[in-house]
Amino acid sequence: MIEVNKRGVEFIKNETVDQLLKRMKYSFPLVIVKINSEIIPRKRYPLVIVPDNSKISVIHMISGG
Amino acid sequence: MVKDMNIKKRKKIKDKLKGSSVGIAGAGGLGSNSAISLARTGIGRLVIVDFDIVEESNLDRQYYFQDQIGKVKVEALKNNISKINSDVKVEIYKKKLTKGGMDKYFKNVDVIIEALDSAEIKTQFIEEIMLKLPDIPVVAASGVAGYGHSDRIKTKYLGNLYMVYDEKAESSERDILTAPRVTLIANWQANVVLEILIGAD
Repeated sequence: MIEVNKRGVEFIKNETVDQLLKRMKYSFPLVIVKINSEIIPRKRYPLVIVPDNSKISVIHMISGG
Repeated sequence: MVKDMNIKKRKKIKDKLKGSSVGIAGAGGLGSNSAISLARTGIGRLVIVDFDIVEESNLDRQYYFQDQIGKVKVEALKNNISKINSDVKVEIYKKKLTKGGMDKYFKNVDVIIEALDSAEIKTQFIEEIMLKLPDIPVVAASGVAGYGHSDRIKTKYLGNLYMVYDEKAESSERDILTAPRVTLIANWQANVVLEILIGAD
């Protein structure tokens, strides 16, 4: 089991950040992803494997400032 | 007794802020208003980076005046700050923050405010600062556009990243930017900066 934005989500072995975002149907083009205490750079989304029991935060970045 | 405590607390906060530096990336709606608030609280040093000039269309939400139209934003902002609190040391750079050099001006500050506009550049900035300056807290904002819905805004604590966030807001390409909401979020960011610098109340 993993936790995505405080929601319990099924753990899938060898799932990358990219695949998790797709599975969660997060279609925002720009997001900040944090797994446990680490911010994952975008270019590593296809490489980083989501570990079991991890806590994941996905924040989408919206223009304006 | 209560009065004594207030004096003590005020002195403690004043000293702490006077010895602190805050970097501000962008001098638009978020950056100009958070800079003014931090100057009023007596922050010691501000490092402000922006490449833009003041336009008439900025005056509906940014801390500039009509006679500053056409002026360099960081210079105009430094001038406005000096009229409020001339003790603040204001370091300005008329530069565009670009990929690979986002951290350049912010190596010697205690906290950084992300006050940029497009989602793309915000994301790039946050990722790069987290990677290159991992010990410096970043206070960012996402979901500024629109009006109303103040109580949808939240602070998300993501380690050294503090995100002032309204996940339901539209982007500024699809919604308007209004002074009450932009200044609210700018001051929310400044308020988080105080929390980081002084510690929990």
